[in-house]
Amino acid sequence: MRPETEPLPVPLLREITTLLAKDFRLEWRQKSALGGLLLYVGSTVFVCFLSFSLRGGQPPAPAWNALLWVILLFAAINAVAKGFMQESPGQRLYYYTLVRPQAIILAKMLYNALLLMAVALLGLFLYTVFLGNPIQDAPLFVANLLLGAVGFATTLTLVSGIAAKAGGNGATLMAVLGFPVMVPMLLLLIKVSKNALDGLDRSVSDQSLLTLLALNMLVGALSYVLFPYLWRG
Amino acid sequence: MTSAKIIGSVLGLVFTVAGVWGGQRLIEQRSPGLFWKALTVLLLVGGSAAGFLVSVPPLPIVNESIRNLFFHVPMWFSMIMVLLVSVWYSIQYLRNPSPRLDTLAHESAKTGIVLGLLGLATGSLWAKFTWGAWWTPDPRLNGAAVAMLIYGAYLVLRGSFRDDQQRARVSAIYNIFAFAAVVPLLFILPRLSGPSLHPGQTGNPGFSQYDLDDTMRKLFYPVVIGWILFAFWLTQVSSRYAFLQSKHDEN
Repeated sequence: MRPETEPLPVPLLREITTLLAKDFRLEWRQKSALGGLLLYVGSTVFVCFLSFSLRGGQPPAPAWNALLWVILLFAAINAVAKGFMQESPGQRLYYYTLVRPQAIILAKMLYNALLLMAVALLGLFLYTVFLGNPIQDAPLFVANLLLGAVGFATTLTLVSGIAAKAGGNGATLMAVLGFPVMVPMLLLLIKVSKNALDGLDRSVSDQSLLTLLALNMLVGALSYVLFPYLWRG
Repeated sequence: MTSAKIIGSVLGLVFTVAGVWGGQRLIEQRSPGLFWKALTVLLLVGGSAAGFLVSVPPLPIVNESIRNLFFHVPMWFSMIMVLLVSVWYSIQYLRNPSPRLDTLAHESAKTGIVLGLLGLATGSLWAKFTWGAWWTPDPRLNGAAVAMLIYGAYLVLRGSFRDDQQRARVSAIYNIFAFAAVVPLLFILPRLSGPSLHPGQTGNPGFSQYDLDDTMRKLFYPVVIGWILFAFWLTQVSSRYAFLQSKHDEN
């Protein structure tokens, strides 16, 4: 963190938007990374389609649900993993001198959330095209999906920062650190999406959705508080 | 909420805060601390013996396995307590870094993991004789297993650093983050995720409904205190060993 005496002419929001624009620009320039991610989702869905077509068509609803979340989980790990890891130590030092660490973590979380929301929606689209659409309450399902994408982003952003610090086998370490931490969120997400699949009354999912929101906020706040310590090294 | 429940929660909070504060004093204690260690031995040995001998309410299916209350539950209580101590050391480390605080946080977390594994083992044994299976996909059980995975990841993370300072800082951050994930796993999700067979869960009677004449309660609370003191003792010994080892490595 910067010493308090130094004036900070740029407000936090401006720093965040600048960093966000930088991330999008980088993503756009390195289209291979984005393309790889989309191809990853597409080919996984296609493999699922092929393996279920052996058994004659659409999977049963619980399998449909579980498979969708597994695909999204792995896509999210891959998408978020490259965020901090592709930056060199020199680059990090450069950002450190320019902006507040809070701006970096917030911008990264926002960017990952937007990216994962896009990936989740695209994944759902491909998935329903290939494996059928048993969803009975579509608005709730999509809302839950987006909430899940935001949750994945908030949780995995800090974890990817931690894994990047460890160096070496970053992606493996990220899976080891990230999966168990995400289980509470994942359990709630799968439960709500099962409710939406079966078209249960919305009031059944109320409490789980609220808990999900609270978990998201808790994780976001913790990342905001803890990231400056991680960044200092 | 009745006033008895409010008083109970406040007492629990006070007990937890006092436990974390006192636990740190006991773990870092330099004197032999004969009194509280003698008390620990007395409570653990006496409590275990009494746990097997004291008369318990005769119940169908559960039968004598209700005695697990004196072993399984105190293990989880002491795990939570020592993990809280570990988190508090990690917070202190981030505010004021020193290798000492890092070692203390690490050793407390290790004690917590040992107690958690013991809790899983005793629970599994109990489940075999009352539910007929070593493991069931019960929300409570899954939460406990995932909590152990999270702390396993903490140990893996510690192993993947070369630089001591870096390891200390990053693992302190993960420790705090992990504990925040464990709390909903153990205390919030099992209450939300539908039917559970675990006693005291979703309308299943806990021991308090059966314990009409308070005999179990009178033994349960001392045993809990004994196990918590034992957790602090274990941490004290292992952190002393770690300090000696690092001193030895320096020379």
